[in-house]
Amino acid sequence: MATLWRFTLFLCMLLMACGGLSLASKEAKTRNTQTETGMASSSNTTGEGGHGGAPITTLPIVTWKWDHISVQYLVALWVLVCWLCKLLIEANHNVTNYIPESALLICSGFILGGMIWGADKVQTFSLSPTVFFYFLLPQIILDSGYHMPNKLFFTNLGAILIHAVIGTCWNAASLGLSLWGCHMGGAMGDLDIGLLQYLLFGSLMAAVDPVAVLAVFDQVHVNEVLFIIVFGESLLNDGVTVVLFNVFDAFVSLGGGRINAAEIIKGIVSFFVVAFGGSLVGIAFGILISLLTRCTKNIQIIEPGFIFVMGYLSYLTAEMLSLSAILSTTFCGVLCQKYVRANMDESSVQTVKYAMKVFANGSETIIFVFLGISAIDKVIWVWNTGFILLTVFFVFVYRFIGVFFLQWILNRYRLVPVELMDMVIMSYGGLRGAVAYGLAVLLDEKKIKEKNLMICTTLIVVYFTVILQGITMKPLVMWLKVKRAAVTEVSLLEKITNKMFNHTLVAIEDISGQIGDNYFRSKWRHFEEKWMTPFLMKPSARKKQDDVFDVFHQLNLKDAMEYVTEGERRGSLEFVRNDSAILDFKKKLESEYTEPDIPPYMINDHGAMFTMGRDHIPSVSLEMHEQTMKAMRGAEAVDVHHLLDQHLYKSRKQYRHGFSRSDFKINRDEKEVQEIFQRTMRNRLESFKSAKMGVSPPKTIVKYSKKEQQEKIPNGKSVSKTKLCHSGDEDFEFSEGDSASGYDSSYPSFSMRATYRPGGGIENPAFVPDLYPTDLLQEIPPWLAESESDSSMVAPSLRAQANLPNSPMEMRRLGLLRASTRSTDTKQMNNDQLPSPPTSPPPPPPPSGQM
Amino acid sequence: MGSSSSSRNKIPNAQELMHQTGFSSAHLLRLHDRFESLDRDNRGYLSPDDFEVLGGLAMNPIGGRIIEAFFSSGQDTVDFSSFVRILAHFRPTDRNRNKEGTQQELPSSRTRKLKFAFQLYDLDRDGKISREELLQVLRAMLGLQVTEEQLQSIAERAIQEADLDKDDAISFDEFKKSLEKMDIDTKMSVSFLK
Repeated sequence: MATLWRFTLFLCMLLMACGGLSLASKEAKTRNTQTETGMASSSNTTGEGGHGGAPITTLPIVTWKWDHISVQYLVALWVLVCWLCKLLIEANHNVTNYIPESALLICSGFILGGMIWGADKVQTFSLSPTVFFYFLLPQIILDSGYHMPNKLFFTNLGAILIHAVIGTCWNAASLGLSLWGCHMGGAMGDLDIGLLQYLLFGSLMAAVDPVAVLAVFDQVHVNEVLFIIVFGESLLNDGVTVVLFNVFDAFVSLGGGRINAAEIIKGIVSFFVVAFGGSLVGIAFGILISLLTRCTKNIQIIEPGFIFVMGYLSYLTAEMLSLSAILSTTFCGVLCQKYVRANMDESSVQTVKYAMKVFANGSETIIFVFLGISAIDKVIWVWNTGFILLTVFFVFVYRFIGVFFLQWILNRYRLVPVELMDMVIMSYGGLRGAVAYGLAVLLDEKKIKEKNLMICTTLIVVYFTVILQGITMKPLVMWLKVKRAAVTEVSLLEKITNKMFNHTLVAIEDISGQIGDNYFRSKWRHFEEKWMTPFLMKPSARKKQDDVFDVFHQLNLKDAMEYVTEGERRGSLEFVRNDSAILDFKKKLESEYTEPDIPPYMINDHGAMFTMGRDHIPSVSLEMHEQTMKAMRGAEAVDVHHLLDQHLYKSRKQYRHGFSRSDFKINRDEKEVQEIFQRTMRNRLESFKSAKMGVSPPKTIVKYSKKEQQEKIPNGKSVSKTKLCHSGDEDFEFSEGDSASGYDSSYPSFSMRATYRPGGGIENPAFVPDLYPTDLLQEIPPWLAESESDSSMVAPSLRAQANLPNSPMEMRRLGLLRASTRSTDTKQMNNDQLPSPPTSPPPPPPPSGQM
Repeated sequence: MGSSSSSRNKIPNAQELMHQTGFSSAHLLRLHDRFESLDRDNRGYLSPDDFEVLGGLAMNPIGGRIIEAFFSSGQDTVDFSSFVRILAHFRPTDRNRNKEGTQQELPSSRTRKLKFAFQLYDLDRDGKISREELLQVLRAMLGLQVTEEQLQSIAERAIQEADLDKDDAISFDEFKKSLEKMDIDTKMSVSFLK
C-alpha cells in the first residue's frame, strides 16, 4: 500500500509538471503559429530564448530551448503519463477484478483532462484523428493480426464476415433511419440534420471497436469461439465502417439531389473494391514480409524491425490507395505470422512478439486515456437529450436484434451451434470505441452543422459501452453461465490425437464421399505445403513446422526450466548427482534410473563440460575467464546451474554460430518427400492387406537395412538408407557400433565435433548439410529409391539414421533430463561457445561415459 | 419422409439402423448410395480393396487405420449396416434432443467417439495403447520431419503424461481422462452427417 501511495504522489507531481508544461506548450504553439504567420516581432517579445531571438551579446553557456523539443517532449511525456496511469490502475488488483482496465483508464483520462482544464481553462489536448489513425491504431491492428489464432479465425471466418459486413450495415442503416424517423417525429427538437447525415452518423457508430472489445474480453475469458467471433467481427467491421463512412460522406457532399442509382451502385462497388483491395494489399505485404525474413539471417539484429516497418507500410499503402487500411494490416499479420515465426531466429520471434505487445498495449492505453481527456472540453458538449438517449438506446437494441437474427441463421449451418447465452454476450460485447470517435472528429463541420453534438453523442455511447457494459460484462458472463475458456494445458497425447482426428475426419469424408469443411481444409493445407511453404519459408524452417513436435519441444523446455529451478531451489549440484532428485523429477521411469551407470554418466558428462569450460577459454576474453574462474572457485555449483540454464535446453530453432550457419543447404526436395510419403502409404496399405496388422516389421527388413548400413555409411551415402531405418530396438543396438565408426571415418575434418558426435548435435538442423550434402540426394535415381524403399516400413527421417548409433544411450539420457535433443545440443553449444583459437589444444577425448 | 420410404425399402432393416445410429432416413439413403458406388461389383459388402481405390485415403497417413476400423470385427468384409454404424461415430453429438429419452448410447456420444479414436491407436486390441503402438501412429503422422529418436521420446512423454497406473501403456480410462478437456464433439464430427 505504501508503494501505492508513493506512486500516486509521484504521478500527481508529474501531472502538475505536465500541466505546467501544457501551459508552456500552448504558449509555444501560439508563438509558433505567430512566427509562421510572419508576426516575428511579437514572438520575440515573448522572450524566453530560442534560436531566432535577439542577437546575442555574449556566448550563453546554457540556453533554454523548450521550443525545439516541445512537441517531442510533450509526446514522450504524455506517453509516460498514460502508462503510469496504467501502472497505477494495475496496482489495484481488487479494483481491476470488477472494473475493466479500459474503463479505469478512461476515468483517469477524465481526471487528467480535469487537471488540464483547471490549468488552461481550455482543452489543449485531445485525440486527433491523425494521431489515432496513423500512429496509435496501426500498432493495435498489426498486433491483432499477427497474433490472430489463425485456425480459429478461419474456421469461423464465415460467421465473422457475415457479422462484420451484414451486421455492420444493419447497425448503420437501422440507427440512421430510426434516428431520422424520430427526428421527423419531433423527438429531438430543432436539429439541422438530414437523412444522409443521419446515415453518416449511423455508419460511424456502427462499428464494434477492436480495441475496446479486446480490452474487455481479455479479462473475461469467454470461450474461444465466442471470443473469435466478436473479436474477428470487431476487427473486420472497422474496414466496413470506414468504407460506409466514406461513401456516406461523399453522399453528404454531393447533396441529396444528386444521388441517383448510379451513385448508389458506385457506392456498393467501392465498398467491395475497398474491402477486397485492402485485403489484397495486406496479403501482398504479408508475402513480402515472409520473403524478406527468408533472407535476413545475416542481419538478425534488425530482423524484427522488418515486421513492424512492413506492417506499417501495408497500412499506409492501403490508406494511400484509399483502400481499407485496417483490413490490409490485419491480413498482412494473419498471413505472415506463420512464415515469419518459422523463418526468423527464435530470439527475433520473441522480440517481435513482445515488442508488438508493448506497442499495442501502450497505444491502447494512450487511446483510452485520451478518450477520457477528450471529454473534458466545454466546446463539444452540446446536449440534446432526445438525440443522445435515442442513440444509446438504438445502438444497444439494434445490436441485439442484428446479432440474434444473423446468428440464428448461421446456427443452421454450424456444426456446433452458438448457444443462446453466447449470443447475448456477443450482442452485449458490441462495444464502441475510439474508431467511432476518430471518425466523428473527422466530420466536416461545414457539411454537418451538428458535428459537436455528434462527437458528444459518440463519446457518450463510447463511455456507455466501454464503462457500463464493460463493468457489467463479467457479472453477466458469470450469471448467464457462459462457457468460459478452458485453461488448457497442452498435453502431447491431446495434440497427437487432435492431429489424428483431423486426418480421420478427412478420411471419413473421403469414405462417405462428401465434400465438407475438412476436405477443403485438407486441400488448402496441401496447397499451402506445396506452393506457399516452399516459396515463403526457409528450407531449414520447413522441417520444423510440426505442431506435435512443437508441443513436445515446449513441454520439454518447461520441464527443463522446472528441473533447473528445482535444482536451484535445493541450492546445489545435488540435483544432478542425486538419484532421488532425478527420480523425483522424472516420476515414471524408475527402472531406467536405477540402472547404475546412469548417474555417473551424467556427472561425467557435466564434469567434462566443466573442465572444458576452464581449459579452453580463449585469451580474448581473459577478463571473462578470470571472472569465471573466480565464480567457479566461489560457487561451482551455481555456475553449473547457470551453465545448465543457459545451454542445456536451447531450442533447436536457434542457429549455431559458426561455419555451418552460413550454408543452409538442407534441401530435401519437396517432391521427393511427397513421393516417399505416398510410397510409404501404399506400402502400409499393402502390408495391411497382407498381414492385417503391420505391427512388427518382418525380420528380413532388419537384416537388409543392416547390410545396407555397413555398405553405405563409409562412403557417406547413408542418405539412401534413411528410407530403410525403422525403430526396432534390437536394430538400434545392433547397428550402433558400425555406423558410429562410419561417421568417425567419414568426417574426419570435424575432429572437434566428431569427438562429440556420439553425443549428438546431429539432429541440429545446422549440421545436417554437413552430414548429408544435398547432391547425394540427387544421386539416387528414383527407381533405385523405389526399389530400396520396397522393404521400408515407415520412413522416419533422414536424420534418424544419424542418430541410430547412440540411440540407446541417448534415450536414457533423454529419460534423465527429459530434454530430448536439447541435451545433446548442449555439449555442442558448449563446445562452440568456447571458440578455439588455432593455438588451443585439441579438445579432450569424449568422456568415457559416452559410448 | 414419405417420398423416400419407397427407396428406403432397399435398405435392410433401415428402421433399426436409424434407431441405433441416430441417422435420419435421408442420411441413410445418401450413405446407401455411397455404399453402392463403393461396392463396384454389387456384392452387397465392401472389402478393403474398395476403400483403397479412394485416392484421398491413400494419401492419408492414417488411412490404413481408418480402413482397418471398418473391419474391426476380424472379417474381410463390411456390410451396409456396419458401414453406417462406423460412420455414425462421426455424427455431431446430439445435445438435448435425445429422442424419447433413450438410455441407449448413440455412437455419436462422447465416449463412443473416444472409443473409436482409442481403437485407432490400439492396433492389437488389448485395450491398451502401448508405446510401440503410439510410436507407429506418430511415425505415420510425423512422417519425415522428425527423427526416430525424437519420435521415441515424444512417445515416451505422451505415455508418461497419460499413464496413471504406471504400467507404461495407456488404457482407455487413462486415454479418456487425458483428453478430458478436449472438445471431442467438435473435433470428431463431420458436419454433413448431422
